Amino acid sequence: MANNVDALYIFLLTVSALMTISIFTMIIFFAIRFRKRAGHQAEQIQGSHALEITWSVIPFCVFMVFFGWGALLYFKERKPPQNSAEVYTVAKQWMWKFEHMEGQREINELHVPVGRDVKMIMTSQDVIHSFYVPAFRIKQDVLPGRYTVAWFHPTKPGTYHLFCAEYCGTSHSGMVGSVVVMEPKDYEAWMGGGGNQPLAVTGERLFSELGCVTCHRSDTQGRGPNLVGLFNKPVLLEDGRTVTADENYIRESILQPAAKVVNGYKPIMPTFQGQISDEQLNALVAYVKSLGQQPTGQTGGRSMATATPKTQ
Amino acid sequence: MATAAVQPGERETYLNRQYGIKSWLLTVDHKRIALLYLMGITFFFFIGGFFALLIRLELLTPAGDLVQADTYNKLFTMHGQVMVFFFLIPAVPAVLGNFLIPIMIGARDLAFPRINLLSWYLYMIGGVMMLYTIINGGVDTGWTFYTPLSTEFLNTHVITAGLAIFVAGFSSILTGLNFVVTTHRMRAPGMTWSRLPLFVWAHYATSIIQLLGTPVLAITLLLVVCERLFHLGIFNPALGGDPLLFQHLFWFYSHPAVYIMILPGMGIVSEIVCCFSRKRIFGYQAMALALLGIAVVGFLVWAHHMFVAGISLYAALIFSLLSYFVAVPSAIKVFNWTATMYNGSISYQTPMLYAFGFVGLFTIGGLTGLFLASLGIDVHVTDTYFVVAHFHYIMVGGMVMAYLGGMHFWWPKISGRMYPEGWGRLAALLVFVGFNLTFFPQFILGYMGMPRRYWDYSHSPEFQILNVLSTAGATILAVGYLLPMIYFLWSMRYGKPAPANPWNAAGLEWMVPSPPPTFNFDEEPVVTWEAYNYDEIKEEVPVAQ
Repeated sequence: MANNVDALYIFLLTVSALMTISIFTMIIFFAIRFRKRAGHQAEQIQGSHALEITWSVIPFCVFMVFFGWGALLYFKERKPPQNSAEVYTVAKQWMWKFEHMEGQREINELHVPVGRDVKMIMTSQDVIHSFYVPAFRIKQDVLPGRYTVAWFHPTKPGTYHLFCAEYCGTSHSGMVGSVVVMEPKDYEAWMGGGGNQPLAVTGERLFSELGCVTCHRSDTQGRGPNLVGLFNKPVLLEDGRTVTADENYIRESILQPAAKVVNGYKPIMPTFQGQISDEQLNALVAYVKSLGQQPTGQTGGRSMATATPKTQ
Repeated sequence: MATAAVQPGERETYLNRQYGIKSWLLTVDHKRIALLYLMGITFFFFIGGFFALLIRLELLTPAGDLVQADTYNKLFTMHGQVMVFFFLIPAVPAVLGNFLIPIMIGARDLAFPRINLLSWYLYMIGGVMMLYTIINGGVDTGWTFYTPLSTEFLNTHVITAGLAIFVAGFSSILTGLNFVVTTHRMRAPGMTWSRLPLFVWAHYATSIIQLLGTPVLAITLLLVVCERLFHLGIFNPALGGDPLLFQHLFWFYSHPAVYIMILPGMGIVSEIVCCFSRKRIFGYQAMALALLGIAVVGFLVWAHHMFVAGISLYAALIFSLLSYFVAVPSAIKVFNWTATMYNGSISYQTPMLYAFGFVGLFTIGGLTGLFLASLGIDVHVTDTYFVVAHFHYIMVGGMVMAYLGGMHFWWPKISGRMYPEGWGRLAALLVFVGFNLTFFPQFILGYMGMPRRYWDYSHSPEFQILNVLSTAGATILAVGYLLPMIYFLWSMRYGKPAPANPWNAAGLEWMVPSPPPTFNFDEEPVVTWEAYNYDEIKEEVPVAQ
């Protein structure tokens, strides 16, 4: 991705430099060639429609190339590949908290293996922050009250700066960390062979502890919808709308169950707003996503270990 | 009551007609109100500049060592708020626009002289509230007031700062209203729309933005105050609000506000380039339409500040496209100024040097804006020093250059005295060099990934060298800004008396004496010529040196 961004940047830089140089050259040339001197009279020119049109249409066409290329790149930047490994991220004043699918937790440091697509599923506990790794050319604001998503594909082992790029109060400039990209075998060693409870398992425990399981049964008899195979599927709502059951939908349904009631069900679910932490919420979302994963691997959260390595 | 103060044998002007503090504070003369504004605006410019210098000094070294983190956050916040709301937005319209628009269209005053005075009082009340905020410990929201940080998490003077800007906003609305009505209703016979100087067109376009945009900012700031005071859930998700709603509302005004700052500057540059090239403007119609085009399309691009904020993919796409639309009229303007110089008879007085500077720096500012409008690049460089450099090229390289150019161009008219030309050229050079040295390195810093609003960058010592250059540039820039302040004041007493038309310039303002009499014209002028009729203007006096 960094190479793609740099390629467009160099293109923009070249075109802009050409434009700047030609304008500057003209101004300097005119200023010298047509300087005030004896016997020289200014020539009065009203204008020229042909010229006006030329220097409107040509820049416009160039701008459309800037637009198109930038847009294509942006679609790539914003759409994580299907098989990305997932990391849940909670930002707060002034630190980054990461949780891997395997259950490893980190603060201000994120370890990832080289060559894997990594999808960051992020939320904030307080104000708006922004997840920025300059080396990967990615940035995404992290908002309280919802998930935003970023992804990257590290290609070279090393330690890279992680910055908070949205002003967030006193220690904004201290909200820095690093992304450590490791060779797969080093990464395995760092993982230390388990001992942590995978995030989805934590979620499953919470799912029964909080009593979710009493209504959301894995058959059709529950008072709440069956959640198996739900993730990324369209859901028909009471008011006739259809929404996609993405991470934000699941999150909202836990915190504000009345906002989007599934067609055929009553709005009887209590809210969990203020009763569970962002970390617990992440675990629940990870669990719901893991329910009834299709064998094709199209849905559900994947860990670094199970994510298919992408061939370059 | 102030007494008539004209000495025998002395010509009566707006300056000497009456003396005494009351004759100023209760004046309804647009020219005196312009000078009142000039004092306020100059004061706030140096306050804001002082904050900027402290910011630059702090960034000289990677560690946060000169001031505390909180202090630093307050410095960049108040630098932004003071500069944007108390200098950049009002400066050209309220000083030069106020002074010149009635004279340029052949009127005795603005349509609503008392409202004009009221708008100055509102500006000053807002200014005093801002000063109160600063003196009482300041505010650290960033000039953008992003929620929920501003409404829930900070313990500084958010409310007084918000209300200060709210009040000053009304000053801006009233000035805009006054200019729109004046341009429609007060033009002298023969001063048709197609004969208006582009300076007036620029202010007309600006006024429309002020009228339509500023109320949205006012409402948004009130909502911030309400959420802070009464915990209404408007922007804070914990209370059921939406922080992106704030950003949409804020940028709906604050992006067009950039055009409030730059359009009047474009008007000034058009006047100066024509005068010192001895030429008609190239493509008058295109220039006027481009001003209006920027004002209208400028309202439709606000979310390009939010490409990584969490808006949808398709919203981003539309706003990126529209941002390129607004770039076209800006490009037309640059090409037309350049074409205006073609085969002219160009001289290099101080105002022209600033106009050269404006066109060059605005070009760089505009082109780097295209980088930011390009979605794929914006993701990397937004919220870094790239953005800081970009908007300073537009606001300082563009607007402040134009303002200084305009101040030098019309200073003989305003004060009746010539400024020292040599010092003027030196200051223009210092400003140009200092500016580029300050802000060009910041483009590179931004692409390297240095986020903006960082007090401490000790984790990335590789950023230091460029920051040192930037700070060095800022000190040169400061000297460049102090010089005009000093020699303008000096010239009020010691400057050579200015003739009515020291530059042999076209336009009604040069047909009245310097300084003009209180009612501008002894009898209503009848206009029979196009704007910039430099072919008809004989160079009677040698251009003042």
